[in-house]
Amino acid sequence: MNKEILGILLIFGSTVLLAIPLGRYLATVYRGDTSWTDFLAPFERLLFRIGGIDANRGMTWQQHLVALLTINLVWFIWAMFVLCTQGSLPLNPDHNPSMTPDQAFNTAISFLVNCNLQHYSGESGVTYFSQVFCLMFLQFVTAATGLAACVVVFNALREGTTEKLGNFYNYFVKSITRILLPLSLAVALVLVFQGTPMNWAAKAPIVTVQGDSVSVSRGPAAALIGIKQIGTNGGGFFGVNSAHPLENPTYLTNAVENGAIILIPIAMALAFGYYLGRPKLGWMVFGVMTAGYLLLQVPTVALEMHGNPAIGHLGVDQSLGSMEGKEIRLGAPASALWAITTTVTSNGSVNAMHDSLTPLSGMNTLLGMMTNAFYGGVGVGFLNFFVFIIVAVFISGLMVGRTPEFLGKKIEAREMKIAIVIALLHPLLILTGTALSAHLYASNPTEYAGWLANPSYHGFSEMLYEFTSSAANNGSGFEGLGDNTPWWNISTGVVLLLARYLPIIGPVAIAGLLARKKYIPESAGTLRVDTATFGVMVFFVIWIIAALAFFPALALGPLAEHFTLY
Amino acid sequence: MKSQLISALRLTLAMMVLCCVLYPALVWAVAQAVPGQGAGVQVSRNGHVVGFANVGQKFDKPEYFNSRPSAADYHADASSGSNKGPSNPEYLAVVKARLDTFLVQNPGVKAADVPAELLTASGSGLDPHLSPQGALVQVPRVARARKLAAGRVRALVREQVEAGTLGPDQVNVLKLNLALDALGSNK
Repeated sequence: MNKEILGILLIFGSTVLLAIPLGRYLATVYRGDTSWTDFLAPFERLLFRIGGIDANRGMTWQQHLVALLTINLVWFIWAMFVLCTQGSLPLNPDHNPSMTPDQAFNTAISFLVNCNLQHYSGESGVTYFSQVFCLMFLQFVTAATGLAACVVVFNALREGTTEKLGNFYNYFVKSITRILLPLSLAVALVLVFQGTPMNWAAKAPIVTVQGDSVSVSRGPAAALIGIKQIGTNGGGFFGVNSAHPLENPTYLTNAVENGAIILIPIAMALAFGYYLGRPKLGWMVFGVMTAGYLLLQVPTVALEMHGNPAIGHLGVDQSLGSMEGKEIRLGAPASALWAITTTVTSNGSVNAMHDSLTPLSGMNTLLGMMTNAFYGGVGVGFLNFFVFIIVAVFISGLMVGRTPEFLGKKIEAREMKIAIVIALLHPLLILTGTALSAHLYASNPTEYAGWLANPSYHGFSEMLYEFTSSAANNGSGFEGLGDNTPWWNISTGVVLLLARYLPIIGPVAIAGLLARKKYIPESAGTLRVDTATFGVMVFFVIWIIAALAFFPALALGPLAEHFTLY
Repeated sequence: MKSQLISALRLTLAMMVLCCVLYPALVWAVAQAVPGQGAGVQVSRNGHVVGFANVGQKFDKPEYFNSRPSAADYHADASSGSNKGPSNPEYLAVVKARLDTFLVQNPGVKAADVPAELLTASGSGLDPHLSPQGALVQVPRVARARKLAAGRVRALVREQVEAGTLGPDQVNVLKLNLALDALGSNK
């Protein structure tokens, strides 16, 4: 067992070590400084020419948002078209059918917002054409959208006063050519060498050793899995995602995929500091995020290694930990590592079934999504964190009796209103959705009997998890939930939309407003934001706003279940 | 606005060529150079494909090492976990029944020697592996069913254990059972 603890320490440690140079590199690329990937510049100019785009034109924050939302609308229409007609499109050797409109709506939205909630099963619910030209395409471009929005905020926080915050298309294109594509390719190649399929043939019919006839699903999986992890998308090729032995065949692929989940989110926190020429600021953000992450990660590893006490009562050997929903080649510690890293980021791919986690581990995965800022999704994780920084600056300012300032800009009523609305939107969406569902279920349990695979407290957790995952744009699930029904497809679809675009629009608007303000040089009276003290302040703001709001709901679900078992 | 829309459309097309044609084509080209040519690593016996090395299959006969319980019943085109919560009474009754069945099929084995993996469904429903203990606890039954010496079968399991450098030690059930069949035929 000790070897497996060492294994997860190495996975996390080496990812952080890789994220440091990557953070520097991200800052260099987005600032437009000379970097070794400049050989791609002619190619990028070609892309701009095809798009008819002047990549040097500075845009205001409003122009950024118009560009972002317009191109997102194009992608949504494309995705709906592909998913509703996939049965008649090419690259469908298994003859899978087209989606129903409500399922297509949910899937299109869910991939458009970088969530990848999947109310279908990859083997039978989509075609290879959909996987590649719709889902994988969205995995690239939505990750790049998040990164570009984040850089707009970085830009606004530079010294001086400005209206122009760089060019959206420039950041968007470079995010793909210089960051997402090369990293995805690296992950995909490791997978291919370890046995993950990358072919276009239909299912392979075989007769097993015992004489059973089965069909083995395959397809262009390796390419999709690369960007699924790097872009914190999380939508798997096969139904059970990275628990599938073809999607995640060995301990090595597991280590690489798991590192890929948190690599860019960590690097982006550090890039914030490097971009502004204040590396300590990046380390402050990284420190707060890591503290929150470890607080969820450590107990989860311990609980999963300890096993399920109800099974322990049978007197069997549980030395490998809780094994329901887990794979032998990965083991309990690496599954616990993945469960938390995938939920603190908005990734949502799984290598073990979260529905079968022990209750408090399940709660920790929920908390990872409820805070949604301990690393967070590519780009958007930092945007969420930025909102909490603004709130913390304001509260700190009030505590010491000075005008709240962040990096030389006054935080005033307008910015605060936006920040608070965004911070409270998250609990509002999750708790309202869960309450409505619980009400529907409680008023007619026979009608909705298909919803819940587990009774009692755990059934409530399944509904809570679905809305939390949607609002956090995470995409993992307590998959026992029978979620391919109009209610779940449409309600979570709406939550997904609101929870993606408002938390992008809000921080970009705050940043745009701040950038216009007069720059006040730092003095002895300035609140220092790159210190541990301020870090502690941000940490508590996150816990008070994000975690405590959910305490009553958590008490009804995972906490109650825990006390029935232990 | 209109020019934005046209730019968005044209950029989308260009990105689609890059991300959905060139990128997968490159991964596919590299895959042609690895074992299995990107179609999955197949395992054959006497010229017949009997499975994929990485995809678990159902073994429930007494003369084979049995694979783990599976919510997908080892249908490799419909992977699935059980998604049962840890306190679900129906689920716990199923686990108890699996234990009772195992103890009946493996007389002489004590509950304390049965690893929980043999009573719980895997995440994918296609787990190709057992832990070393999960295989060793089945040795007496397999040896009896095949009229082989238990020591010989146990030695075979030990040969088949793949020690993990950092990950768990594991035994590929398909490879173990093929080796077991080979053992029977050259006695």
